[in-house]
Amino acid sequence: MLTVPYVTSYLSEHFGDDAFRTLEGYRARGGYQAAKKALTEMSPEDVVELVKTAGLQGRGGAGFSTGLKWSFMPKETDKPKYLACNADESEPGSFKDRILLERGPHQMLEGILIAAWATGAEKTFVYVRGEYAYPARCLQQAIDEAEAAGILGANVMGTGFRHDVVLMRGAGAYICGEETGLLESLEGKKGQPRKKPPFPAQYGAFGMPTTVNNVETFCHVPHILTRGADWFRGFGTEKSPGTTIFGVSGHVVRPGLYELPLGTRLDEIVFEHAGGVPDGRKVKGVIPGGMSMPVLPASMLDVPMANESLRERKTMLGTGGIMVMDETTCMVRAACVITYFFRDESCGQCTQCREGTGWMNRIVERIERGAGTHEDLEVLLDVCGKMEGQTICAFADAAAWPVQGLLRHFREDFEEHVRRQKCPFPDSFEL
Amino acid sequence: MSLSEQVRDGIAREMAKYPKKRGALLPALHLAQAELGHISVETAKELAEVFEIRPIDVMEVVSFYNMFYDRPQGRHHVYVCTNLPCSLRGARTLMRGIEARLGIEAGETTADGRITLGHEECLGACAYAPMLRVGGTYHEDLDLEKAMQILDGLE
Ligand SMILES: Cc1cc2nc3c(=O)[nH]c(=O)nc-3n(C[C@H](O)[C@H](O)[C@H](O)COP(=O)(O)O)c2cc1C
Ligand code: SF4
Ligand code: FES
Repeated sequence: MLTVPYVTSYLSEHFGDDAFRTLEGYRARGGYQAAKKALTEMSPEDVVELVKTAGLQGRGGAGFSTGLKWSFMPKETDKPKYLACNADESEPGSFKDRILLERGPHQMLEGILIAAWATGAEKTFVYVRGEYAYPARCLQQAIDEAEAAGILGANVMGTGFRHDVVLMRGAGAYICGEETGLLESLEGKKGQPRKKPPFPAQYGAFGMPTTVNNVETFCHVPHILTRGADWFRGFGTEKSPGTTIFGVSGHVVRPGLYELPLGTRLDEIVFEHAGGVPDGRKVKGVIPGGMSMPVLPASMLDVPMANESLRERKTMLGTGGIMVMDETTCMVRAACVITYFFRDESCGQCTQCREGTGWMNRIVERIERGAGTHEDLEVLLDVCGKMEGQTICAFADAAAWPVQGLLRHFREDFEEHVRRQKCPFPDSFEL
Repeated sequence: MSLSEQVRDGIAREMAKYPKKRGALLPALHLAQAELGHISVETAKELAEVFEIRPIDVMEVVSFYNMFYDRPQGRHHVYVCTNLPCSLRGARTLMRGIEARLGIEAGETTADGRITLGHEECLGACAYAPMLRVGGTYHEDLDLEKAMQILDGLE
């Protein structure tokens, strides 16, 4: 069972309380006051400014300024404007959006209402990954309740503002998490990412101006409205304010969710919060932000979990999905699992991506089988280099980065396979 | 088999939510598949008519998404997540065990048509690994015995 976070803060403090999932319980905790304030006391520009000043960055992986993104929506236009809420959460190692949907759906809807006011959007499409049947039910229930209470619909809380929320379920394709893949999927097509420009703010869902934000991004917004930018900046670092919900998985004593300020040190999360590796074994490497992000070796875990510091170590925060691998782990096997995933999920539009992911997977599998050569390692790096920055979407980069990371810090694992012509890690997880 | 009135009504309701009716294609496929088990060429033709697109457009969408099937499936879909966080906690060992007990390999259906077994990418349950899903229901924190109890309970 999905359990509530072990450490909570403003996003998740009421997640243990079943009533919080209902409109009544959410209102009893002050719910929808922030939206009411925005719609009745603030102009859309005021809201955008406030969110900019607070410094909220998108929590879907790229970390773009949320207020800035909202400001890209055209003001003078006769076209309908839309929001899309990205609940596709398919980045391996990530499971925070799931709990935000299951335990606090009204919190997200309130964030959506505020964003809708700020951008002038009349409708939000929430795109929930197809496998999330239960989270989708929880959200639909909340939407129905909010509609019945006049919080969503033709006359939001009696203000005359119109906003509808439509839940769409995906159907099992990682690439639909990429924002333009998501838009294609919303339109009932294959989820193949679009060439940019035009960007979604000009040409988004059904050709209309659209802003795409992640589930968690929306969830922060009501708190910023209620308590202000300074309060929000009291969490996290100067450049990366606020908390996030880290998901910790792999070889730790207490895998689970931890809501902590951005900038919390990775070793504090892994050892103090998640209890470190079981049975006194040591950490070998940690993937800090979902599978697309390059791994860090045990010697680099003193890094604060914020993009400005992670970038110095050639990795990123991504989705905050932290995967811990202990000393028994064969990093070539890890590379096999990672490259298989990207090979399987490439949408196939770009040659570099379609062919490159296949090449990477075949090479690392060959090395793991004991049939690799030293030249294979060079080819692998060469393929990675050719995939980066060359394609329609960032998927190809996301496929190359983790392989580059493994070779940067664990090249010796690969070399040893080639020298011995077999896997030298008998106790590693089974492939 | 053809689309029931119920499914057709459901599709009409979904269409009203989108600025262009094609937006309701994924919801329509979910509805049709929930009733019929898979999307056959005939179903695709009927849907194409409803959406005023070509049957090939429907089939292309069906084949793009893992959760839509173009051929009959076992009564239950059992998917074991084998992505990295789950694999680190023994997912592939669990998968081998299930394959041996069911006498099939991932990708196959039991002879009685009861279970289609598959492996799957991360399902957002990484802290509760290993795990599997049966249709829309997640079963987490498993070992082989617990997994087999669940599978044995499927009709
Ligand atoms: C391959 C790929 C997969 C992605 N998957 C997701 C996802 O599942 N969920 C998500 O919120 N963002 C995902 N993103 C990021 C989105 O493209 C987009 O940046 C994000 O939804 C914007 O929201 P934010 O600014 O609130 O973070 C993905 C990006 C790429 C390149
Ligand atoms: S980079 Fe890969 S996933 Fe992205 S559009 Fe190109 S082929 Fe598709
Ligand atoms: S890796 Fe299995 S649920 Fe995430």
